[in-house]
Amino acid sequence: MDKFTQLTGVAAPMPMINIDTDKIFPAIHLRTIKRTGLSKHLFEEIRFRPDGSENPDFVLNQGPYRQAKIIVAGDNFGCGSSREHAPWALTDFGIRAVIAPSFADIFYNNCFKNGLLPIALPQETVDKLMDDAKKGGNAVLTIDLDKQTISRPDGETVHFDIDPFRKHCLLNGLDDIGLTEQQGAEIAAYEQKTRGSRPWVFDLTQKAGA
Amino acid sequence: MAQLRTLFDKIWDSHVIAPAGQGTYLLYIDLHLCHEVTTPQAFEGLKLAGRKVRRPDATIAVADHNIPTSNRKAGIDEPESKLQVDTLERNVVEFGVPYIPIDSINQGIVHIIGPEMGLSQPGMTIVCGDSHTATHGALGALAFGIGTSEVEHVLATQTLIQAHAKNMLVEVNGTLGAGVSPKDVILAIIGKIGTAGGTGHVIEYAGSAFGAMSMEGRMTVCNMAIESGARAGLVAPDEITFEYVKGRQYAPKGAAWEQALAYWKTLPSDPGAHYDRKAVLDAGDIAPHVTWGTNPEQTAPITGRVPDPAEIDDPLRRAAVERALQYMQLKPKTPLVDIPVQRVFIGSCTNSRIEDLRAAAAIARGRKVAEGVRAMIVPGSGLVKHQAEEEGLDRVFLEAGFEWREPGCSNCMSMNPDRAMKGERIASTSNRNFEGRQGPGAKTHLMGPAMAAAAAVTGRLADVRELG
Repeated sequence: MDKFTQLTGVAAPMPMINIDTDKIFPAIHLRTIKRTGLSKHLFEEIRFRPDGSENPDFVLNQGPYRQAKIIVAGDNFGCGSSREHAPWALTDFGIRAVIAPSFADIFYNNCFKNGLLPIALPQETVDKLMDDAKKGGNAVLTIDLDKQTISRPDGETVHFDIDPFRKHCLLNGLDDIGLTEQQGAEIAAYEQKTRGSRPWVFDLTQKAGA
Repeated sequence: MAQLRTLFDKIWDSHVIAPAGQGTYLLYIDLHLCHEVTTPQAFEGLKLAGRKVRRPDATIAVADHNIPTSNRKAGIDEPESKLQVDTLERNVVEFGVPYIPIDSINQGIVHIIGPEMGLSQPGMTIVCGDSHTATHGALGALAFGIGTSEVEHVLATQTLIQAHAKNMLVEVNGTLGAGVSPKDVILAIIGKIGTAGGTGHVIEYAGSAFGAMSMEGRMTVCNMAIESGARAGLVAPDEITFEYVKGRQYAPKGAAWEQALAYWKTLPSDPGAHYDRKAVLDAGDIAPHVTWGTNPEQTAPITGRVPDPAEIDDPLRRAAVERALQYMQLKPKTPLVDIPVQRVFIGSCTNSRIEDLRAAAAIARGRKVAEGVRAMIVPGSGLVKHQAEEEGLDRVFLEAGFEWREPGCSNCMSMNPDRAMKGERIASTSNRNFEGRQGPGAKTHLMGPAMAAAAAVTGRLADVRELG
């Protein structure tokens, strides 16, 4: 996984609540076996017109926002499906952080597996950053994960909270399957104990099939 | 005195292997359901790292999202869909994962077949790379959706690193009125608590309305827990649960059944256990519901009207409603029963079980699908289809002018040939009314199966209670 330490980039304002995963990445394009190159479908329904041309009203089609690395959005960002294609498409576009008052749980989890930092902040703080983001080419924010700060264009610094375990994994680009495998002995011990206490959940699907 | 625990706390405690540091825990997963959409990249990840599937005996795969629901023998036409299903079929062989082939009578939507085959059982932890995994919570299991990276993590280690969610109680007391279905109950709940009302929580649905509800009804409710943002939804196992599980293909038998039953009876929440949030509804207040907007909280009783954004103070909420009405092409204050539909979809992991089909058939019987409406019935599994045909429901639907299809996810989302035509307005028993979900530009109204059948025969959103 890509490390996340510091990020400086243009922030794009998306002042909408409940930006769902179908909006971020439409279901019809889930028919892929790859996790790369998905940005071409990012926000497809609002980013492109029915004839395939760009919708000039959509923020990521406008001037400096084409290079946006950060999105500032409304409440409940990423609600809906579990598709990891949503963070895959965002990072493929170049987005490395999303700032919103709240996130849907599964999307939030998925971000951390892909070097994408979701930052939840109180509405009034998001409102200030949204105003910053509306300043076009001057809408540059700097995020420091280690210090847990966002620096605004006017020099003010905003603090954010993050779960320490997730911060540690992002800062170091850790593969958490590798981390879990280090606990192999505990997993095996749990399985042995459970074979005694709940034996019916073992060898469950072996006989399934035709 | 021992600490009082909820159903969720008890399942959680019995599956924690070890603390994983800084407020997270390594949680053991009993059952992993796989489908073709969210697993290809996970199997690829295993391959690249040289890892194996740790517990094939706790894993099962089925293809459902991409599968055509007519003329199965012709195979899959659309190349992207075919590639995804072929990839799953290769991966299950390479990794030794049990697989239900497309031509098996057990094939169906992953959340229909888990309970139906007796794989999903009380007290289990169940995951799937699919947000509607909470369906299995109806059995008193902790079941939740995960992303593809987590699918890979479970395949490799049979565990997940998780933080303990908060407990939320949603109580519905009293008796549901005539013509009111479990779908109306969950739409009313989401309408009350909102699409983010359960975020960070596991919701336990309790109260006399759930005590009296069938297992299939409870599945419809738990299925949509995610639509209120909840990590999972569950119902305490009781006699209805045990009766449902008993005798199913993969349910414990004999002495194992007795042992399992004794354990399952210890699972319900302790009286007085703490919940971080509570919401209470009166079953008698719940009318048949339909959604009018583009997320499941934008819902109203069928007797209501499309809301007027001008009456909403909060600017972000007002903008969201304006945007929804623009997409849905609805005028404020239009009576919901005046909205015509071009398409009806009865199916999906929310409402494609035998009781759903019976409810729809009761309305379809002796009536005709309105002119200009295309209506399809898509059973959730081969077993549901077979049962319905035994009961003659297929003939009721066909005589009324509905299409009778093969099992699959179908028109719930746009990944297979059943997707809606551009701009069509659909009465749908599925779970999401997001923009474009059922096809580009498609306008979705969510509702229960009898309500959808009523829309099919009247050609508009209709109050099923008036059809009798």
